[in-house]
Amino acid sequence: MSLKALPISVNGLKKGYGTFLALDDVSISIRPGEFLTLLGPSGSGKTTLLMAMAGFVRPDKGSIEIGGRDITRLPPNKRDIGIVFQNYALFPHMSVLANVAYPLRLRNVPRKQAIAQAEAALARVKLEGFGDRSISALSGGQRQRVALARAVVFEPRIMLMDEPLSALDKNLREQMQFEIRRLHDDLGITTIYVTHDQREALTMSDRIAVMDRGRIQQLDEPQKIYNRPLNRFVAHFLGEANILASNAISGLPSGFPATSDAMIRAESFDIQHDGKPHVTIKGSLVAKAFRGENWLIQVDIGEGQHLLASLPADRSAQCQELVVGQNVILYASPSQIHAIASERPQ
Amino acid sequence: MLDAYRDSIGAKLLLWGVSSLVLAFLMLPTLIVVPLSFSASDLLEFPPRHWSLRWYESFFASPAWMAALSTSLRLAILTALIAVPVAFMAAIGMDRLGFRVKAGIYGFILSPAVTPGILLAIGLFMVLAKLGLVGTFSGVLVGHVVLAIPVCVVVLNPAIARFDWQQALAAQSLGAGWARIIVGIILPQVGTSLVAAGLMALLTSLDEAVISIFVANGANATLPKLMFISLRDEIDPTIAAISTLWITLVTVLVIFINTRLNDNHT
Amino acid sequence: MSEASGERRLFILLACPAIVLTGFGAILPIVWIIRQSFFDKAGELTIANYGRLLTSDLTWSAFGTTLSLSVMTLAICTILGIPLSLALASVSRKTAGRLMILLLLPLWTSILVRTYGWVVLLRRDGLINSFFVATGLSDQPVPLVYNFTGALIGMVHYMLPLFVLPVYAAMRDIDGNIVRAAASLGASFWKCVRTVILPLSTGGVISGATVVFVYTLGFFITPAVLGGGKVNPISIRIERTLSTFQDWGEASALGLLLLILVMLIGAMLVSVRRLLRLGVRNA
Repeated sequence: MSLKALPISVNGLKKGYGTFLALDDVSISIRPGEFLTLLGPSGSGKTTLLMAMAGFVRPDKGSIEIGGRDITRLPPNKRDIGIVFQNYALFPHMSVLANVAYPLRLRNVPRKQAIAQAEAALARVKLEGFGDRSISALSGGQRQRVALARAVVFEPRIMLMDEPLSALDKNLREQMQFEIRRLHDDLGITTIYVTHDQREALTMSDRIAVMDRGRIQQLDEPQKIYNRPLNRFVAHFLGEANILASNAISGLPSGFPATSDAMIRAESFDIQHDGKPHVTIKGSLVAKAFRGENWLIQVDIGEGQHLLASLPADRSAQCQELVVGQNVILYASPSQIHAIASERPQ
Repeated sequence: MLDAYRDSIGAKLLLWGVSSLVLAFLMLPTLIVVPLSFSASDLLEFPPRHWSLRWYESFFASPAWMAALSTSLRLAILTALIAVPVAFMAAIGMDRLGFRVKAGIYGFILSPAVTPGILLAIGLFMVLAKLGLVGTFSGVLVGHVVLAIPVCVVVLNPAIARFDWQQALAAQSLGAGWARIIVGIILPQVGTSLVAAGLMALLTSLDEAVISIFVANGANATLPKLMFISLRDEIDPTIAAISTLWITLVTVLVIFINTRLNDNHT
Repeated sequence: MSEASGERRLFILLACPAIVLTGFGAILPIVWIIRQSFFDKAGELTIANYGRLLTSDLTWSAFGTTLSLSVMTLAICTILGIPLSLALASVSRKTAGRLMILLLLPLWTSILVRTYGWVVLLRRDGLINSFFVATGLSDQPVPLVYNFTGALIGMVHYMLPLFVLPVYAAMRDIDGNIVRAAASLGASFWKCVRTVILPLSTGGVISGATVVFVYTLGFFITPAVLGGGKVNPISIRIERTLSTFQDWGEASALGLLLLILVMLIGAMLVSVRRLLRLGVRNA
């Protein structure tokens, strides 16, 4: 089953609640069949944006188009959008099959056919044979899948997901991330996914829109956002970012703008350079911690700056011998250093 | 929860159209009585053409009405004075007893509230008749107290449940007996609920009509009983005046309870 | 926390005044009614009271009136009360709280005051008939009081707030996302109400129905005043038997029959509630 992939266009969306601006002139172009994640902290506007696309929030200004059709004034029940809610929102008074068949029956699909299609959708999410169960008898992960099946069974124009995995435990969550992505790839349907978990966003998305205070801070592919964040907010939100004054680093490439700060991810550091091209940072050890898969060390490099370095397991021996207060030298590859606008007084 | 149907005209009509009509329906008789009480005419014309306080004068000047008012007020105050402590003690006792015993006692005490009033009325009438207490003040009082106790218990239960029993344990270890604990520690902390329970007991007694009709005979007739008899016989606009006084009193009390209780919850 | 038996005795003692008072003021009267129903006017032990009552047309018509008043009150309360409950459940708790005060205010107004208000409103020359005649909705005044209609209006007015409370509570409990989900899946407002909101409110409606029945089956004041002597549910027959005919035995027997009716209907509704809990709708 391959559904038509539609582009989405959000233009100049504004939404305020009293003095609080939830959406501040938001515009995005979403490609057909894309898996786009809206990533940000609480209050960033990501859920408001999703709800505006769904039709539960009416924007003060701006428009939303799906497949070229302006849906801004359309009520939610006419938008033909599949939504998966955070708490699944399954109908407790209906069986699993009745839940999944519900949108089909609303569209006057004859009962037998609706049941068949619903069962096919359940099979697609690996819940074959679960049709007769009641919702209360299901585990969280199973409810999650029923919600998915119900949202895709009627071949919606797009899919919206509001932090669907936040209620699940870590292992189940990681498994479901792959399942959801696989479902998306099978169906080819344009999907907007909301989360505050940066790891989830990096894993699942074609592109990520990082949001803060009602604005989109950066919209790009995961790797580009991770390695080349446009500002400090984005840098700090995804992974552990060290933003250091450029004069703390020796060996910076000549093209590096003198007035910019340098962003280096924690995992880019090493305590030996093995002859490869490198930059050098000197400091003294403040703390170290063993975390199983890696070591975290905190280093004071002067002028009140601390950096966090993540060293892999094969550096274990050296890390164990490090003593608080001792001088350390850290190396990083020049390609891992990203110039970022400085906010320090120059 | 209906933000999805914000634009549905059908939804708006059904919900707000019907609701406004229903709320108007609910307020109508209460509202109509007030202007009528100030009407100069005894013909129950609406709107009144001339205004006057004659019905209020008639009420306060009538020995029968004043006697009934006095009886009702005395009954109400005594009901509150008896029902609140009784309910308070019962609530404390119930809170500390096992689940099944508590449920049993609770059901027992609540039974007057779910029994049709007419049955309580005639039953009490016959019991009192056997004891020669029909038409006496105490006879009616018993009926009112028995109806007020469940109401007070329902009001007091949440407050007692919120009480931290560790304090009672601490007090005991310091040497306090139960009487001191109840009066000195528990009572001050559930104070607002006691006031609310008292007001509810007052209202229950003042409004009680069915038992009074059967049991409050002659000199001990209550206000509602007189109103009932008057309504059945002929329509006396004095009732409009009484009604307006009643509505004013109740509105003040309800607003008082509401603001007091809300203050306690914030 | 160890409960010494001495303390346990204390707590039971604390509950005693309430138990004794309730026992004397409520339980004893009911027991007395049961006992009295087996005595005739002469003071002899007999079941003739029941015999007379159950074969009398008056009794059966009284039961009929009682039940039809209650059932119709419930029907009207349902039609008016469900939209009102939904409206209250769909606004913020704060707003709902304020509107509730409006809803509950009539409950605090004495029943006699309200009954009086209705008499004034519904009379031939009352406000409502004047409105009907003035706007041409009717050529003549419609008989709205001192009959079944008047009694019904009074009862609906009394019970509506009490019906709405549990229905509102049940609707409040419905997860807002479930309604949004239904909408996103394509349900119109009416379909959503029919397939999602109402089924999930059934528990509250049954509770409301139970309240309406338990109260209205025993209603006395409202039918007595607004019924004008033409409406005779069991409660009024009891009063008449007691005061006019001074037949304590027969009045008690009627009273017991009423009590049995209330308990039967209460039990029925409780089991309906339980059955609903077990059922899950299939596709």
